[in-house]
Amino acid sequence: MSADSGYNFAYLDEQTKRMIRRALLKAVAVPGYQVPFASREMPLPYGWGTGGIQVTAAVLGPEDTLKVIDQGADDTTNAVSIRRFFARTAGVATTTRTIEASVIQTRHRIPETPLTEDQILVYQVPIPEPLRWLEPREAETRALHALGDYGVMQVELYEDIAIHGKIKRAYDYPVEVAGRYLTSPSPIPKFDNPKLSDCPALQLFGAGREKRIYAIPPYTAVRSLDFEDHPFAVDHPGHPCAICGDTDSFLDEIVIDDAGGRIFVCSDTDHCRERQEGQAHENAA
Amino acid sequence: MYVAVKGGEAAIDAAHAWLAEERRGDPSVAELGLDQIREQLGLAVDRVMAEASLHDPDLAALALKQAQGDVIEAVFLLRAYRTTLPRLAASLPVDTAKMAVERRISATFKDLPGGQILGPTYDYTHRLLDFALAAEGGEVPAAPKAKPGEGAMPRVLELLAGEGLMEREAPPEDETGPVPDLTREPLSFPAGRPLRLQAMARGDEGFLLALGYSTQRGYGRNHPFAGEIRQGEVSVEVEVPELGFAIDIGDIVLTECQSVNQFKGDATRPAQFTRGYGLVFGRGERKAMAMALVDRALRAEELGEAVQGPAQDEEFVLSHADNVEASGFVQHLKLPHYVDFQAELQLVRALRAKALKEAAE
Repeated sequence: MSADSGYNFAYLDEQTKRMIRRALLKAVAVPGYQVPFASREMPLPYGWGTGGIQVTAAVLGPEDTLKVIDQGADDTTNAVSIRRFFARTAGVATTTRTIEASVIQTRHRIPETPLTEDQILVYQVPIPEPLRWLEPREAETRALHALGDYGVMQVELYEDIAIHGKIKRAYDYPVEVAGRYLTSPSPIPKFDNPKLSDCPALQLFGAGREKRIYAIPPYTAVRSLDFEDHPFAVDHPGHPCAICGDTDSFLDEIVIDDAGGRIFVCSDTDHCRERQEGQAHENAA
Repeated sequence: MYVAVKGGEAAIDAAHAWLAEERRGDPSVAELGLDQIREQLGLAVDRVMAEASLHDPDLAALALKQAQGDVIEAVFLLRAYRTTLPRLAASLPVDTAKMAVERRISATFKDLPGGQILGPTYDYTHRLLDFALAAEGGEVPAAPKAKPGEGAMPRVLELLAGEGLMEREAPPEDETGPVPDLTREPLSFPAGRPLRLQAMARGDEGFLLALGYSTQRGYGRNHPFAGEIRQGEVSVEVEVPELGFAIDIGDIVLTECQSVNQFKGDATRPAQFTRGYGLVFGRGERKAMAMALVDRALRAEELGEAVQGPAQDEEFVLSHADNVEASGFVQHLKLPHYVDFQAELQLVRALRAKALKEAAE
């Protein structure tokens, strides 16, 4: 029983967790492949992280320390809500520090701080199928995956270049995992795509409404789709963070007045705080 | 200003407190009791039970109270509770031929064994606001009612089937075998009719209504007749292995609709009538009828008909019928998307800069 009695540890019953763990094992065995799983109806809305929550519930143990971020930040409302859910139903320790966390559930970002082998990163995924906007039918996209037939995506990216001079995908930029499956990295900015590859941490993806789980095992090659003459490259606004001065992290644009004034600050709040503390420490020394 | 994203925790607590206050409304007005909701807002209770797939009028009333009458929110509350319940057993198939009928009409025969029974219907009410209801305390006189269960009430479509005019429904090979449960297994396509019916029974009434309507307007036309609509109590029986026979565990109210549709026939089958089937918890006639239309439309492929309308497309219908899924995903758009939007901003700025530069050259 959990801290909040009446429900099992981390809300889900053990049978359900076992079912999810089986799906996770299959997902790890076949990197990038979308494994159907019997997603449960959670007490949080579909589209708000129910897949990530179920994966987290299935991998979480009493000794774990959980961090939950949304848009890179620990204090966005939905991240707060999910962190509270697990604090309440599992009684696990929570943290906002990336280095202290053993399980990190995220929506739309990969932390700036490099992850380690002792960590699991759980992504919330709205639409797990990278081909969905090109082919709405699940029966059809499953066949395309089985055949490794990804021409439709190549053509889509090629047409972007032909028409606009560059690939018009700023987030949810498609990747190829372990040289086989075309995979959605979830709607992370393409800025984060390089962090997916050869990552020491286990990366798990949960899509509750769409009832799919997939995984990128540690140290797996992940290639962002590109062309020889148009290699993949990340965008950066070219400003440093207005608070910590970092020039390499992903930045949020904040409108500060009615006259169009704006500043850029780190999207990863923990990373920004760490840098500020480091600077304060240096100044004091 | 960067504080805008801070303090989420305190804001959530405050929002919940405010919500509780809003839910209660003017405290000088008496609070609603669950019994009042259950007894006097019965159709709302029925809809919540149907779309939550859980027969419990008291909990459905609680969900409606907690959701301030927002039906989809109430369905969500009841579903989230349902998902934690153990599955103890599957009942035997309920026999609607043995229903204690309170309403039974057929649009295909003027009279038939068992007769036509209007029952408690809004059908012929003139939709004039009844200001007498606004004044409380009026006594409602007892209504003359048909006594349920008097005389045989065979299902209309069986009368046609006897003559070979109506397709025979093949019973499942093993009626005690495992029942597919789309709340326990991920849906895959093709799903097949049992799962389709299950998905529609818990699907959104508005969605099915619109889809059923679309078939009547030519998007997958197949003209139906309301062969029979019946509503009333049926008993639910469960076979207990230790006993070796089925025991009655209670009664539930169901609404069943069987539509009669033409089938032109093909190389192996002569022309005959085919069925569309709708079944829902409670008094849900609108939904049962819509479901029967969509069920028949979804049989297009099986019956060799051209698939032309959305209502005939199994993947389209089943992927979008669930209002808890739809509500969540539509509304997730209000979650923060700062990061993706920022990435898009950079992209659009870059594309515009390139276009402006090219225009200047």
